[in-house]
Amino acid sequence: MAERRRFENLLPHLILWVGIAIVAFPVYLAFVASTHEPAIIANGQMPLTPGPYFLENYYRAIFVGTTGTTREPVGTMLLNSLVMALGIALGKIAISIVSAYAIVYFRFPFRMAAFWLIFVTLMLPVEVRIYPTYKVAADLQLLDTYAGLTLPLVASATATLLFRQFFLTVPDELVEASRIDGAGPFRFFKDTLLPLSRTNMAALFVILFIYGWNQYLWPLLITTRDDMQTIVIGIKKMIVTSDALTEWQLVMATAMLAMLPPVAVVILMQKLFVRGLVETEK
Amino acid sequence: MAGVTFREVRKIYAGGIEAVKGVSFAVPDGAFCVLVGPSGCGKSTLLRMVAGVETVTAGEIRIGERVVNDIEPAERDIAMVFQNYALYPHMTVYNNMAYGLRNRGVPKPEIDRLVREAARILEITELLKRKPRELSGGQRQRVAMGRAIVRQPKAFLFDEPLSNLDAKLRVSMRVEIKKLQRQFGTTSIYVTHDQLEAMTLADMLVVMNAGRIEQIGAPLEVYERPATTFVATFIGAPPMNLLRLAAAELSGLLGASAAVPPEGGILGVRPEDLVLAPAGARSDGGLALPLTVETVERVGPESFVYGRLARGGDVIVRIPGAAAPSFGEQAVAIAPRHKLHVFSADGSRRINS
Repeated sequence: MAERRRFENLLPHLILWVGIAIVAFPVYLAFVASTHEPAIIANGQMPLTPGPYFLENYYRAIFVGTTGTTREPVGTMLLNSLVMALGIALGKIAISIVSAYAIVYFRFPFRMAAFWLIFVTLMLPVEVRIYPTYKVAADLQLLDTYAGLTLPLVASATATLLFRQFFLTVPDELVEASRIDGAGPFRFFKDTLLPLSRTNMAALFVILFIYGWNQYLWPLLITTRDDMQTIVIGIKKMIVTSDALTEWQLVMATAMLAMLPPVAVVILMQKLFVRGLVETEK
Repeated sequence: MAGVTFREVRKIYAGGIEAVKGVSFAVPDGAFCVLVGPSGCGKSTLLRMVAGVETVTAGEIRIGERVVNDIEPAERDIAMVFQNYALYPHMTVYNNMAYGLRNRGVPKPEIDRLVREAARILEITELLKRKPRELSGGQRQRVAMGRAIVRQPKAFLFDEPLSNLDAKLRVSMRVEIKKLQRQFGTTSIYVTHDQLEAMTLADMLVVMNAGRIEQIGAPLEVYERPATTFVATFIGAPPMNLLRLAAAELSGLLGASAAVPPEGGILGVRPEDLVLAPAGARSDGGLALPLTVETVERVGPESFVYGRLARGGDVIVRIPGAAAPSFGEQAVAIAPRHKLHVFSADGSRRINS
C-alpha cells in the first residue's frame, strides 16, 4: 500500500512540476537576460545562468532609461501604471458596489431594464467601443491625463454582477433587522453590507488591479506624451524595429519590474482573495 | 407599554395572493399572544405587518393608541426576534445589541448600562466580545433575545424563534421566554406552527387557517371547546378523532333535547377522552365504537392505539401505561357524553356547548 501511495503522490507532482516549468521558464529566461550585457543577447547565445550585470542593468532601467530611444525611465512608467491600475480597480469597485446595491435593494421604474443594460455591456469590451470612447475622452480634454487613462475603463458589468449575486445571498432578515434597529438605506449599506462584502471586494481588487495594470490598447491611444505612458506601453516602445540596437537587457529588466506590482498584490492579498471567491461570510 | 389592535387587516401580495383576509382582534397590554396555524396560514405575514417590514394592504394596526400602518419599523417601538436570528455577522455580540440604541442616539454610558443589564439577565455576559459565528444555536438565540430586550420596546414580536433549535434546547428556551415575558410584562406576539409551544406559552391563543382566524381564546379553552373541526384537529396531539354522523345517530347520542341539523354533523372525540373496553362492552348513554386494533405505539407513560372502526373509518385511542391490546384484537372505545364535541357538517361551526 505504502509503495502505491508513494507512486500516486509522485505522478501528480510530476505533472505539476512540468506545468510550472512550462509557465515559469520564459520568466526565468527574461530574468537571466536582464542580468547580462547586451552583446551576449544580441549574439543569440543566451546563457541559462544569471550574469554579473544585475545591479547596473536595473539601475539604468529604473532611473536612466534606454539610451537610443530617450524614453522615460521605468520609475515614471511604474508610477503611471500604478495610478491607472489603482484608479481602475478602486473606481470599478466603488461604482459597481453602489449600482449593485441599487439594483438589489431598491424598487424603481425600469430596474430590470437597468440591470439588463449593465449586463449587455459585458459584451462590449474596450476594443469594440474604442472610437466613440476616444472621441468623448478627446472632447473632454482627457488626453494625456490620469482621468483619461482610468475613467473610461471604470464602469464594470462583471463586478456589478458579482456584487449583485453576493447581495442576493444576504438574508432578507438582516435588512429587516436593520430597519427595526433604525438603520436607513445609507446606514445599512455602510454598517452591514460593506463590512460583509470585505472579502468580495478584496478578491475583485486583485482581479481588477491586474486587469488595469495589463491594459494596452487604451493607454496606447490616450497617451502621447512619454511622461504619461504606462509601463506596458513603455516596454513596447523600447523595442526598436529600425536599425538601432534594442537594449534587450533593459527591456527584460523593465519587464521583470513590470511584473512585480501585480505579483505583490496577488501574494499580499492571496488569503482574502481565496476567501472572497469560495466563502461568503454570513 | 401598549396593546396591539388589528382591525380588518388584509394583505394582498403583488400577484394577487391574499395572505391575510380581514383579521380583527386585540392583544391586551402585557399579554402573551400566540398566533398558531399551519405554514402558509398568514400568521407570519400578520406579525411582519406589525413589525412594519411588510406593508398593510387594508385595515388598521394600532400599537397602543397609535395607528402604525405608515410608520417606519424603527419608530414603532417594537423589537423582533427572527427565526434565523438575523444577527449582524460582522459585529460582536455587544455591538449587535448596541446597534439599535446607537442608531437612536442613546448616549454611550446608557447603551453600555442597558447592554450589560440585558446580558446579565440572559447570562451571556462572557459572550459579549464574540462574533455570532463563534456561538452555538442556543447562544445566538439568547443574543437575539438580548437585542430585543435592550430596546425596552412596547411589544416583542417573535417569528418562530425556536424552530432552528434542537428539541431539548427548544423546551428550555420556551420556559425561559415565558419567564422573561412575565418579568418584563411586555406585550408579546409569538408566531409558531408548533401547537405544544402555542399551548404552553400563550395567555391568548389565536388559531389561524388560510388567512383567517379560526378561534381566539385561552389555550385550555381552545383545547376544551374547539370552535371548528380545523381547530379540533390542529390543537392536541394526536389529533381529535372525527366521525361524520347522520342526524338520527347524532340525536341518539346527544339526547332528544339537542338541536341537531337535518343534514347531520361531525362528531369529535379526543384520543385521551376515549377508554378501551373489552369487545361487547356498552357505553352508558355515551359513545361506544367497536374496533379492531391495527397498530400500537408505546411511548412509555402512555400508548396510542390505532384502530379500524367496525362502522368504517379510523380512530386513535390514548391509554395510560404500556399495557395495550395487541394487533387484530377486538375492543370497544368508550367516551362519556360530556366529552363529545359536535360540529356542523361542513366543520365550520361548533354545535354543542
